[in-house]
Amino acid sequence: MSIKLNTRQVGDVTVLDLAGRITLGEGSSTLRDALKELVAKGDKKILLNLGDVTYIDSSGIGELVSGFTTVTNQGGSLKLLGLNKRVKDLLQVTKLYTVFEAFEDEAEAVRSFA
Amino acid sequence: MDVPVEGQKEVLNRDFDSTLESVDIAEAAIFSAGEREGFDEDDLHKIGMAVRECMVNAVVHGNRYHENKHVHVQVTIGSNSLTVKIADQGEGFEPSDVPDPLAEENLLRHSGRGVFLIRAFMDEVHFRKLVPFGTEVTLVKKKAV
Repeated sequence: MSIKLNTRQVGDVTVLDLAGRITLGEGSSTLRDALKELVAKGDKKILLNLGDVTYIDSSGIGELVSGFTTVTNQGGSLKLLGLNKRVKDLLQVTKLYTVFEAFEDEAEAVRSFA
Repeated sequence: MDVPVEGQKEVLNRDFDSTLESVDIAEAAIFSAGEREGFDEDDLHKIGMAVRECMVNAVVHGNRYHENKHVHVQVTIGSNSLTVKIADQGEGFEPSDVPDPLAEENLLRHSGRGVFLIRAFMDEVHFRKLVPFGTEVTLVKKKAV
């Protein structure tokens, strides 16, 4: 299964629910396009829900990092929600766990944007 | 590719097209081989991920999706290890030239983490320049005891 994506609004925070694999090809390009669209719309508070993401490769990590820098450069924030152990390990081994703000609880994550 | 040494069993030896579909097929085939040999779930994930990164490098950076170039994959099983050799037909590269993705100035780069992850997930990784062209990467995972 490649990536599935759903966008919803919680107050002024845009939550992007992702499911499946974020790998080079369809997975990473779908995520890239979705983030570009949100930034183009002017969304500045973006929460990526990775709770149902089963696998991320280096290309997927690259898209998370690019999304983070693009949103930050536009004066916004991009945060992560629901990392499973493998994704967390991957962010730790690449030292990106120190870059992203990550949450386990959605309500807490949404409040953090206030 | 080498003939398997005594005590090693060859479980895969084939050419793949230079496509992203080949990356998925090779990853799944090697994951299954590791599963049959009793590698635990955590190691299978690491093997699958290292193979994926290596195949992507071979297809995208080595062969540049060239339809006349192939990626050769050989998998052998030893008494307590799995060895994967992945060879492309590209111009080759110098692994030591790849910037350190953990360096502060590279942390937010979009790409450049593949070789680092391959090394992080496997017990042994060797790069060999092939003559007249190409790069062969050998990945070794030892079974947890």
